[in-house]
Amino acid sequence: MKSATCRHALILVAALATAALGGCSASREDASPTATAPPETGGSLKGDFGPPQGPEIKAVLTDPPMVPPPTGRHAPAKVVVELDVVEKEMPISEGVTYTFWTFGGTVPGKFIRVRQGDTVVFHLRNMPDSKMPHNIDLHGVTGPGGGAASSFTAPGHVSRFTFKALNAGLFVYHCATAPVGMHIANGMYGLILIEPPEGLPPVDHEYYVMQGDFYTTGKYREKGHQPFDMQKAIDENPTYVLFNGSEGALTGDKALTAKVGESVRLYVGNGGPNLVSSFHVIGEIFDKVWLEGGTRFQENVQTTLIPSGGAAIMQFHLEVPGSYVLVDHSIFRAFNKGALAILKADGPENKAIYSGKEVDAMYLGDRAAPNLAAVATAATANQAGTLTQEDQAKAGQALFAGTCSTCHQPNGEGMAGVFPPLAKSSTLAENPKRIIEIMMHGLNGPVTVNGKEYNSTMPAQTQLTDDEIANIGTYVLNSWGNPGGRITKEEVTEARKAPPPADAATGQH
Amino acid sequence: MHRFTALLLLVLPVAGVFAGGAAWVMVPGGSFRSALKYEDGGIARIAKFEMRKRPVTNAEFLAFVQTHPQWRRDRVATVFADARYLSQWPSSTRLADDDQAAQPVVDVSWFAAQAYCQAQGARLPTWREWEYVAAADETRRDARKDPAWRERILGWYARPSSGPLPRAGLQAPDAYGVQDMHGLVWEWTDDFSSLLVSGDNRVQGDADKMKFCGAGALSMDDRENYAVLMRVAMLSSLEARDTTNSLGFRCAKDLP
Repeated sequence: MKSATCRHALILVAALATAALGGCSASREDASPTATAPPETGGSLKGDFGPPQGPEIKAVLTDPPMVPPPTGRHAPAKVVVELDVVEKEMPISEGVTYTFWTFGGTVPGKFIRVRQGDTVVFHLRNMPDSKMPHNIDLHGVTGPGGGAASSFTAPGHVSRFTFKALNAGLFVYHCATAPVGMHIANGMYGLILIEPPEGLPPVDHEYYVMQGDFYTTGKYREKGHQPFDMQKAIDENPTYVLFNGSEGALTGDKALTAKVGESVRLYVGNGGPNLVSSFHVIGEIFDKVWLEGGTRFQENVQTTLIPSGGAAIMQFHLEVPGSYVLVDHSIFRAFNKGALAILKADGPENKAIYSGKEVDAMYLGDRAAPNLAAVATAATANQAGTLTQEDQAKAGQALFAGTCSTCHQPNGEGMAGVFPPLAKSSTLAENPKRIIEIMMHGLNGPVTVNGKEYNSTMPAQTQLTDDEIANIGTYVLNSWGNPGGRITKEEVTEARKAPPPADAATGQH
Repeated sequence: MHRFTALLLLVLPVAGVFAGGAAWVMVPGGSFRSALKYEDGGIARIAKFEMRKRPVTNAEFLAFVQTHPQWRRDRVATVFADARYLSQWPSSTRLADDDQAAQPVVDVSWFAAQAYCQAQGARLPTWREWEYVAAADETRRDARKDPAWRERILGWYARPSSGPLPRAGLQAPDAYGVQDMHGLVWEWTDDFSSLLVSGDNRVQGDADKMKFCGAGALSMDDRENYAVLMRVAMLSSLEARDTTNSLGFRCAKDLP
């Protein structure tokens, strides 16, 4: 029914001889081609350039962040790829280790580079000391499972399968052995670049960066060896979000480098297993982004989205020296989970393009001095003998903000499980005047407020004057649904004479 | 007897706020893991020292400028203090009222703070000393692992700064007996200029070369400790003659 409506709309559109196609999505054939539309590459249909020619070639594989050189070939070849699966302990952060599962001993795994139309003979070797069987699913493979079923390899075994690289693009590969999420979370992913037949335009530097999220039982930067935490992975609550498998993999001495005047191309993948990356380079604008690692590029892009199990190619030209920071712009990941890397550009300054800091002068602004008028008013009124309950509550509000609110919160709600609420407090409803004693002597041990038990120590507020206790008490009693009433300074002074109650905090002051 | 107690109570708070002989607290030494990443490793040995119980108040600072007139706002050398210096006072030698007298002094430059402490036979605390004491809450000397501790401090940052400052010493003393380390004002430290957190905190571990020269931090070791991080970021944005509306100080002293 829906498709019929669509077809009907299309006919209508065609009849009107317009290219605009309302709300329904049309197949390529239906869309009116215009003169400016670039030709299709044809995808896998046109990706087979015939049988491999020439001698068998052994693929050059590189460790991140390096990228193998362009294939430089103009005809399809038979290319042999040999990849080792290695389970090994490596640092994930300073003083923190993790048992990674890797393709080739690094996270991400080795970078593979072939040409569209190549016949790839893939050898997957699982090291004898591995605990687990592994396999590989290459997103650049046309065929069920992307090679996964054909490459399922027990420890101490090697598997071989062959595929023809029919689609050009930048593709993720990963382990697909159950539990898949865990294998990926442990670092089993990498990138394979299938060059278009004409190759990619030359640049000065090519780098390989891959984002991944990691789940450890310990907190971020908790020292020692950290095991995988399945529950955090299921909750999609990573401990680390990293570029190239460890915090600091691409900073300091290991930063990416380039010179002013050079162009840089990044091949960036996202292994996941869970998060989508908002990939951004601080201080640069991508001149070109081959979105999702595909054939077309977009120009002048700030941040590009890289899905889990996806990739993108981005290119930019360096005009000004300095440190450019690669981040996942879901920015807490960058600062609190590790997702940052540095590209260091050396070369002469260019003040015409970027000046650096030119002025740091004082800015006075408009200064309306706030004051403690409410407290002063209350003090004056007290001396004059005209102090009202409202004066007291207003003064108490200012005092409360400066002291009690850090625990009991400005709205009197407290902090669940730690600091009892003062709002609609059952304790105050029972005995409003008890607030004097609690402020004066503190409160130690279990107490039930509004049906919930709290067991911590409120210290005696020995720093408060009798005036202050009276004003704060009056404010609290007249706020947030409490019973109201008034605490006078005289009551407080009188209360000081009584011995501290049994649940007073044993303060050291 | 009763009358005597009442009298004492009446006098005490006033004395605490205005007395020239400010209250000092002995801070026992110990080892301490700073939240900052120091070149010589994370653990610092802190020798025992004395710290002022409270930040310096306007009244105390006024007494200082009266005896050291070169620090009056109308006489101070411009290299030692910017134009905002003590501008919250109605005149260079007078305070607005008793409330202002009891508030912590702000809009003081590092030079002025340092001169004040020197005049008391003291000095500004080092960053490590300050951080050591600031790790405490009312019952524990190192409460930093407690999420509630962090929440309380963050609560202060979340409060607008448009309201008046409470008086110094309004908050309960911490486990050392020191007050107002958090929740009142920022404070100068002696070595603030070596706290070199990059202006762009995303450049962790790859700051500009000139910033590696200082003895201070290269970056944060404990990134969940926002409380410290924001202090350091604040201090590292300043120069020694700068003043701000929320920055005061307290003094420290070596102990034999």
